[in-house]
Amino acid sequence: MQIVKDNQIIDNNWRYVADDAESLVGDITVSLARWNTDNQKLRVHDGKLGLRIAPYDSVDEMALNLRDIDLVELDFPDFADGRLFSHAWYLRSRFGYQGEIRAIGHFMPDQVFYLSRVGVNAFAPEKIEYLPFIISNLNDFTVKYQNSVN
Amino acid sequence: MYQYNEIDQTLVNERVAQFRRQTEQFLSGEITEDQFRALRLRNGLYVQIHAPMLRVAGPYGLFNSTQFRKLAHIARTYDKNYCHFTTRQNVQFNWPKLEEVPDILEELADVQMHAIQTSGNCMRNTTSDHLAGVCIDEIEDPRPYCEIIRQWTTLHPEFDYLPRKFKMAVSGALHDRAATQFHDIGLHLVKNDKGVIGFRVLVGGGLGRTPVIGQVIKPYLEKKHLLSYLEAILRIYNLFGRRDNKYKARIKILVKESGLDKFSTLVEKEWLLIRDSNELSDARINAIKAQFAPPAYDNAADKDISFTEQQQANKAFTTWVKFNTTVHKVAGYRAVFLSLKAPEVPPGDMTDCQLDAVADLADQYSFGEIRSTHRQNLILADVKQADLFMLWQKLDRLNLATPNIGTVTDMICCPGLDFCSLANAGSIGVAREINEALDDIDYIHDIGDIKINMSGCMNGCAHQSVGHIGILGVDKKGSEWYQITLGGSSENDAAIGERLGPAVAKDQITNAITTILDVYIKNRLNDEPFLAMVNRVGVTPFKEQVYADS
Repeated sequence: MQIVKDNQIIDNNWRYVADDAESLVGDITVSLARWNTDNQKLRVHDGKLGLRIAPYDSVDEMALNLRDIDLVELDFPDFADGRLFSHAWYLRSRFGYQGEIRAIGHFMPDQVFYLSRVGVNAFAPEKIEYLPFIISNLNDFTVKYQNSVN
Repeated sequence: MYQYNEIDQTLVNERVAQFRRQTEQFLSGEITEDQFRALRLRNGLYVQIHAPMLRVAGPYGLFNSTQFRKLAHIARTYDKNYCHFTTRQNVQFNWPKLEEVPDILEELADVQMHAIQTSGNCMRNTTSDHLAGVCIDEIEDPRPYCEIIRQWTTLHPEFDYLPRKFKMAVSGALHDRAATQFHDIGLHLVKNDKGVIGFRVLVGGGLGRTPVIGQVIKPYLEKKHLLSYLEAILRIYNLFGRRDNKYKARIKILVKESGLDKFSTLVEKEWLLIRDSNELSDARINAIKAQFAPPAYDNAADKDISFTEQQQANKAFTTWVKFNTTVHKVAGYRAVFLSLKAPEVPPGDMTDCQLDAVADLADQYSFGEIRSTHRQNLILADVKQADLFMLWQKLDRLNLATPNIGTVTDMICCPGLDFCSLANAGSIGVAREINEALDDIDYIHDIGDIKINMSGCMNGCAHQSVGHIGILGVDKKGSEWYQITLGGSSENDAAIGERLGPAVAKDQITNAITTILDVYIKNRLNDEPFLAMVNRVGVTPFKEQVYADS
């Protein structure tokens, strides 16, 4: 599976480990719940760690864990759920998170300009054919009216 | 009036290009119906019963003559020669073709207009006092702040997918003509005890299914903190507003369910962390203010004596002056209302020819500017008293001089079942019938100040719950019925109307309204206005008569 990261199409090397799955090998993302229950094991596993965030996850809880994290996946259950836009803003502006923020799930390619402005720098779309659209849509606007992350 | 700079123009041009692409992708099946719906709504495009409907933004109700000519051109070229002015000071076209909408938007961009965020679950067009800058009770002109807010809300990356739509209004006068107590955020320019002007901030007001009067969340906010405070409210709403039920998704429900104290604690905490990094500088405020500098008024305008003479000589002119013009802060000038409520015309509608003609009149008599009001009329805000007689005659020929502003036939009315796919009942037809029943202008003037608001469904686009008389269309087993409320107000004395009783059938609604008016005429004390009488006696005397035969 390929994704767009920092304006380029690249191969994705990360894997999501479900809450009930055993294998903790390689570069993996887990839910906030899994991170909380398996914290010790996850810290010492062989590979990098990422968090998969849902819109209902607590921003403050996220903040406590960012030191050990290289990737935050914002998992859109529905493109209309705008909470994740604020989550991205918090990660970058409030918590100073520098790692990758990746939109995944049911976001629209037409939302990537806004997502990039709130600090999302990688996109794993629902459909592989969206990849080129994402790169071009990131340039939908050359001007902006308000401050955000970018 | 604000003029676009290169950034503004680039932004709307790029938005047109983006929407053209999205429309093409939708028509070729590359994006789904559901996705396109969200995208088109954010460009003002609804799908209605007969055709799409395009809502064009009238930024806080301000237009210039060039823009009006463009609206006329669009009505002629892409629509059926008319358009409709709304309660949010916007303009709607009822018959555009979906595939032509990008062309319409491009035409609008040519005259510094757009349809961005006029619908959808995002921050909408900010509305304001239609007499801003010319009224005599103004603390400060609210329009520069409206423009600052317009820019801040436009394409805001974080707040474009909110739980529900979000509306703001700004008033700068003592008399609240912008219904600020019924907005998601209402802003009121006020002076603090040191005489410094800032904002009183209200939150959680709204109309629709659950009308709620906004509450004061910040009695005084320094101007420099305007945007950071809005940002804090929007962020808390975006994160915590309900998304499980669209009827409970407005900020008013969040404020109500969490309580104002808890809500304002959350906002305050967020705001304190961002306020110093996002200050509005004096330089920025002054630069925008400069764009709203008063026009070059004639200092000698009040020396004119013809105005008094013409009034003495012509009763019809005098009546029009009384009802359709209002006092101006500059001596010798008046603000002129153009009534879009002629008896036989759907409230708020205008033809292409009228639009063109009004553009010419604006150029000739009012510095080329036109305003729309939230009661669906227009204003030429800066007319010399010496010009009023000539202007009146011209407006009369255009059917724009019905002397009924603020009276019973100056109804707010949504498009209703005739056009809207949400409506349960017709409203335009009822408005026409009420108009026909009230064909005696002297009687109308005798009734005086009364606001009838009529919506064809619970969504309440015509603000029926704050009408002195509110009429709400409901569906009862496939037929159209109407619920009546009395005593609502969207002004300083904000109130939600009280239900009179059971809904009445379509063939009874006009009779019910005339009965209510008769009860008022018979029972008022001296010059007591309708609303004051309702507040004094309650709904019972009206109820007894309206339901007397049932």
